[in-house]
Amino acid sequence: MNGYITHHPILEFKRGKKVKFYFEDKELEGYEGMPIAAALHAAGIRVLRYSEKYHRPRGFFCAVGKCSSCLMEVDGRANVMVCMEPLKEGMQVRRQKGKGRLGV
Amino acid sequence: MFDICVIGGGPAGLNAGIVARELGASVLIIDDNPVLGGQLIKQTHKFFGSKDHYCGVRGIDIAKILSQKVEELGIEVLLNATVVGYYDDDSIGVLKNEELIPIKAKCYIFATGASENMLAFENSDLPGVYGAGAVQTMMNVYGVIPGKRALVVGSGNIGLIVPYQLLQAGVEVAAIIEILPRVGGYYVHAAKIKRAGVPILLRHTIIEARGKECVESAVITEVDDQFECIKGKEKIIECDMILIAVGLSPLCELLYQAGCEIRYIPELGGNVPYYNEDLQTSRPHIFVCGDLASVEEASTAMLEGKIAGARAYEYLYGKNDRAEEIVSTAKQELKTIRMSPFEQRIVEGHRKLFGRERQA
Ligand code: FES
Repeated sequence: MNGYITHHPILEFKRGKKVKFYFEDKELEGYEGMPIAAALHAAGIRVLRYSEKYHRPRGFFCAVGKCSSCLMEVDGRANVMVCMEPLKEGMQVRRQKGKGRLGV
Repeated sequence: MFDICVIGGGPAGLNAGIVARELGASVLIIDDNPVLGGQLIKQTHKFFGSKDHYCGVRGIDIAKILSQKVEELGIEVLLNATVVGYYDDDSIGVLKNEELIPIKAKCYIFATGASENMLAFENSDLPGVYGAGAVQTMMNVYGVIPGKRALVVGSGNIGLIVPYQLLQAGVEVAAIIEILPRVGGYYVHAAKIKRAGVPILLRHTIIEARGKECVESAVITEVDDQFECIKGKEKIIECDMILIAVGLSPLCELLYQAGCEIRYIPELGGNVPYYNEDLQTSRPHIFVCGDLASVEEASTAMLEGKIAGARAYEYLYGKNDRAEEIVSTAKQELKTIRMSPFEQRIVEGHRKLFGRERQA
């Protein structure tokens, strides 16, 4: 859990409870309620999906739910905007390929 | 049915809702975030201007003050809710908890804000190329370390403030590059960042991001007076993040759907709804305010919100002295702010918007 700011001159961070979730079957930790994209980023994962036509890696761009750059497969649902979707215990998160699959 | 439905709980929308409620209207505020405040919730810098504009108060604290007021006034709030459509019967569709809820109000105030502009260069889609505001969200709201070393493209206020916040979070900033021969944002922000040792390279642009799966470096170059790249002036900057801070575009999709007249006015941010000096659109029961109306600052967004809120109330209940006073004070303050040379662009944009006769 070292991708988090621990000391900040101005801000204090109120974080939810620590939860486990899975990224491509690998167990990771994050804080409940934070966006999935933020938890992944803190765990060092920046590639969230591969584009439809040229299969190019994509990460988040706007982080506020406005650009659709961050779509992933979450608990079997494709096209979840992970910069807005809150993290929950036990979530299964996968990199989306192209338009994604349903029921992963 | 609510009198007024405000879409967007940022500085503009919150002020609109508060003013309308204080005048006596029933108000609903809808926002797609888990908390109210819009982009204020990641702004750690202190605002300036006059006392009435929260001079010396940090954005994050302004968000708290406004949310508190919303609660005290008993304004209804729907959070984590996205407005996904505007329908022929003047109702809106709100998506919440995977359920689509139809809502209808007598009057709407749109304060949907703006989205960050992208910039085209080779590999600009690599992970690690981020909107500057996105990094601000990750780092200031969620406390995530965004990367090790950043290059910032653009020297408007966002391009100057975010690098300072990166330094506070312990992230290195390689440089800020700006294609124009001058810094875009306020002098105070530029001076602060220079004192912190971050170079601002004027007449520079980015031509390529490099890296296999994520950004590993960036290629920048100097440009001439015609903004053409000068051969032989390329430089490689080691960085794992490239922050794009080249402006915002108003989010007016819902207004297209609502049948509001839209005009292209580059000075205001691109495609914007047509509105009059009271922020009323071509559809009289729809008002706008904030970055959706013109991409500016939080302080001007708050003032516009007050005007939209007061005028929306009057639209429903007729002329009102208190509303008139709120509007005239806000207009006076806006005028003062917009006398600054930084605001000339907006003044010119408004000249185009208000100066021309409305086309049918
Ligand atoms: S990063 Fe833009 S929608 Fe998620």
